[in-house]
Amino acid sequence: MAAYNSMELMICVAARFLQDGKIATIGTGAPCAAAMLAQKTHAPNLVMMFEAGGVAPILPTMPVSVGDSRTYYRGLMATSMRDVMATMARGMVDYCFLGGAQIDAYGNINSTMIGDDYDDPKVRLPGSGGANDLASMAWHSMVLTVHDKRRFVEKMYFVTTPGYLDGPGARERAGLPPDSGPYKVITDLAVMGYNADTCRMQVESLHPGVDMEQVQANTSFEIKSAPQITQTEPPTARDLEILRTEVDPHRYIIGR
Amino acid sequence: MKELFEGQGPLFTDPDPDHAREHFRKKERGLVNKLMPVKQAVEQLIHDGDYLAVGGFGGVRIPTSVLHEIVRQGRKNLGFSGHTSTHDCQILAAGECFDRCDIAYIIGLEARGLSPNSRRYFESGKVKVCEWTNAGMYWRYQAAALGVPFIPGRSMLGTDTNAHSGAKTVECPYTGKPIVLFPALYPDVAVIHVHEADIYGNARIRGNIIADHTLARASKHVILTTERLISSDEIRREPASNCIPYFCVDAVCVVPYGAFPSNMPYLYFSDEDHLRLWLDTERDVQQLDEFVKKYIYGTNDFEEYLRLCGGLERMAQLERQELLIPEPGQAAEEAL
Repeated sequence: MAAYNSMELMICVAARFLQDGKIATIGTGAPCAAAMLAQKTHAPNLVMMFEAGGVAPILPTMPVSVGDSRTYYRGLMATSMRDVMATMARGMVDYCFLGGAQIDAYGNINSTMIGDDYDDPKVRLPGSGGANDLASMAWHSMVLTVHDKRRFVEKMYFVTTPGYLDGPGARERAGLPPDSGPYKVITDLAVMGYNADTCRMQVESLHPGVDMEQVQANTSFEIKSAPQITQTEPPTARDLEILRTEVDPHRYIIGR
Repeated sequence: MKELFEGQGPLFTDPDPDHAREHFRKKERGLVNKLMPVKQAVEQLIHDGDYLAVGGFGGVRIPTSVLHEIVRQGRKNLGFSGHTSTHDCQILAAGECFDRCDIAYIIGLEARGLSPNSRRYFESGKVKVCEWTNAGMYWRYQAAALGVPFIPGRSMLGTDTNAHSGAKTVECPYTGKPIVLFPALYPDVAVIHVHEADIYGNARIRGNIIADHTLARASKHVILTTERLISSDEIRREPASNCIPYFCVDAVCVVPYGAFPSNMPYLYFSDEDHLRLWLDTERDVQQLDEFVKKYIYGTNDFEEYLRLCGGLERMAQLERQELLIPEPGQAAEEAL
């Protein structure tokens, strides 16, 4: 088996969830590396969209901004934020990929502030950007993040971006599109999905060498396993080679 | 329409289209030569207390020369639209130029990390804030550009972002479902960097337009900075290539490399080293003070700043980076 670090594992696993012939709205960093890897392996016709207007690029290198000119390099369109956001609102975007400072059991995300008083935050963070828009309107939203107790929290300081809000039916009651919502969370320990009845996060596959106790120890809320829990397929040698030589040759992401 | 929910955030601008129409009724329609230096454009069109919106996307096609001039002239108490505002936010925070901000995305520089000084500024209590999202801010510009008081949208529903926004959530009269009404945002002044413009302000942008065609129509005043001046004959030869009409525009400033250190699509890439230098310097307040003295207060204009940043030689490197051309002696794949 090839050796790999945890970031390489996360990216390779995340890439598998992006199917060929689908449309995904992508952020910079690790999600973008996953999309690039998918495009170079099993999903050559994956349409990547970037919120500042880039549509269907053949990425030559990872963008540093979701607006930079790489996001429509040899693409189909360089259009506007209006066009990309409206395409999501119409229901044509299958996936989005997000990060965030905190995530809770229902897949809600905080990227706004840390502290108990909104008016006097301990730490001010960037805010929603396009995250709330993406997770409101894409069919399936995915999160790629490191697994630790400070990130996987019971109670968040601020819900920037909607997951399943406070449980079954809450998205629809709030006015969000039916059947949309959190899909997968990919970390350095496991892949998680959501229980259909409770809308709570649950472990679907454990990465090689990881057990449920370790996942629970790094999660502040109670987390269960899905009825059919599996072991995550490790990255193939080919995935790793493409990731290291074509996707991130300067190790901007995988060297973190 | 039944109102279901009201965000607690402040509205910093008046969404009434009739009040905006009073302004637009009087706006100059004549073909007037609007060429002027950046210094003059800022003196005439940006006043203390104005609400400012900046084009581009933080690290892409921002009008850096005008942002520096705003700092240099010591503008204060501006309202600021934080619609993915990254290096632009960083510059204006360094000058403590704004005291209220509509936030979609601030402080961060995307994949580059967070700006320590922008964060300090927003944590200092000196800035009143209101939460939105990128699409939400776009719908606000769009409503203004359409001349209507709001646009309905499906962002922010069910979240604290909505609770701290200035939006109202209502029951849709057609579907009966909750929907967010995004109030029109008419900035007092927008500053937009473009690839080409004529002396009247007819302009072209290449690559992704982000929100700038809409922003130019939503704003009461518009300052354009342009990479280069082109003739009006050229503008008229290919009308479909033009995205901003002259009658939206109040000033045209010719500023080659005017988006530096951000990315100008098809021309030059962002200067990642210089942006890194900003971020590193900002960790220490004293250091930042000296840095801003050197690069902004200590320079008379943008040309001087460019010279401090490596001049034409550096610009040529960034041009090669944008076009994925390897540096002399560099293998082709390393240019990627």
